[in-house]
Amino acid sequence: MVERLVAKLITTSTRLLTGAQARWIGCAPLDTHRIYFANHTSHVDFLLIWAVLPGQLRKKTRPVAALDYWSRGAVRRYLIDSVFRGVLVSRGHVEREHNPIDAMRQALDGGASLILFPEGTRGPGGDVQPFKPGLYHLAAARPDVELVPVWIDNSYRVMPKGLPLPIPLLCSVAFGKPARLEPSEQKPEFLARMRQLVIELGKA
Amino acid sequence: MNLHEELLVLAGLAAALVIATTVAVILRMRAGAAQNPVLDNLSARIKAWWVMIILLTGAFLAGRHAVIVLFGLVSFAALREFITLTPTHRADQVAVFMSFFVVLPMQYWLIWIRWYGFFAVLIPVYAFLVLPIASVVFGDSKNFLARTAETQWGVMVCIYCISHVPALLTLDIPGYRDGDPMLVIFLLIVVQSSDVLQYVWGKLLGHHKIAPSLSPSKTVEGFIGGVVSATVLGTALWRITPFSPLQAAGMSLIATLMAFLGGLVMSAIKRDRGVKDWGHLIEGHGGMLDRLDSVAFSAPILFHLTRYFFTP
Repeated sequence: MVERLVAKLITTSTRLLTGAQARWIGCAPLDTHRIYFANHTSHVDFLLIWAVLPGQLRKKTRPVAALDYWSRGAVRRYLIDSVFRGVLVSRGHVEREHNPIDAMRQALDGGASLILFPEGTRGPGGDVQPFKPGLYHLAAARPDVELVPVWIDNSYRVMPKGLPLPIPLLCSVAFGKPARLEPSEQKPEFLARMRQLVIELGKA
Repeated sequence: MNLHEELLVLAGLAAALVIATTVAVILRMRAGAAQNPVLDNLSARIKAWWVMIILLTGAFLAGRHAVIVLFGLVSFAALREFITLTPTHRADQVAVFMSFFVVLPMQYWLIWIRWYGFFAVLIPVYAFLVLPIASVVFGDSKNFLARTAETQWGVMVCIYCISHVPALLTLDIPGYRDGDPMLVIFLLIVVQSSDVLQYVWGKLLGHHKIAPSLSPSKTVEGFIGGVVSATVLGTALWRITPFSPLQAAGMSLIATLMAFLGGLVMSAIKRDRGVKDWGHLIEGHGGMLDRLDSVAFSAPILFHLTRYFFTP
């Protein structure tokens, strides 16, 4: 109950700040099993995607978030666990017990859709960084899940890295045509193709 | 002015919109199933007018404070559009943050408490000195003058100018009850109808472009027809104003001319920024500033002329 109120407050203020609009270019907001993967330049990025999704979809969509960032402090912990119901993964060194892919796969198997930023960390707002291999492993392990490219426009200027003062600017979130891993496709080609899908959506 | 006249004016507006809606429906039926972007645009515009007039009527009925809050939100949306199109740097983050969350609320709060002296100088004196200071401390001198000028011009048009609309409610005009919205209604009807009538006259008779490099759709015929017919409309509304018919005509003429010229200034800014990029950020077309550029340029002039000549 409280969680839903907090969620409502956060999505409403995100919309007020950014006037965020969803542009469903390549697919409709359907209740199917999906991984939304997007460019990443600002802290508000996952909030933007989360806020523009219709309520029904939002309930079933979980952001993949960095364990080291979100486990610092009780407030962050509460937000990510109870409000956003994030899938926490560790960055950098991967151990066998805490394999991030396992955590994401379990979330998918539990019926959730995921929000993923394959660049790993926030970029400087210019070029899209090379994608980390997680997306490939998930696509290979769960081939029936739709991979939806997402382009987030202008969020860099809302709250640049290292300056926690949000300014109101119009942002938009574009959703592209769902993709899948082709049978013959290797990891580097697949990751390059997915990155290109996001970049091209930014030019659409 | 009494409630009877207010209701009469609002009923007149509703009747005009009912006629416009009916015409659009008839045109749509005659066009059949064929796609027609001009008609789609017309329907969208009429629908937007319904929403705007219902919102404004609600605020007018709720009283002076509701009108102040409504225009505060309008300023917020307008400034958000303006800053989105302005290439600010990381070093301007604090200045822009202050424009939205300090300067804007303060300007409207000063209207709320009727502190005219501070209201008139808050932005041109204090904000214009403090905002560049908030940017310069970050030590980034690249395009400094251009960045500062752009932020300040946004604050000027979107906050200072637009705040003069609700400020009309604070004028102490003899014979008017406190917070009477009739001058606001007068200004909005004259200026917005001049926009619409310029469009209509331009579509009917327009041949000679008036400013091809700034706003290719504006014509000399549309300009003259729009200004003359909006001035006639404004004169006809003299009973709801503190003006005589001749004075109402003069005020309407000045307001429509400022509105037209303001529209040209704002188009020049949009052209310079490459207006094609707008479509990425807001669905459909146009934004708050497209509707309010003309009001922003005419409101302060109407405010000061009325304050100078019609208040004790």
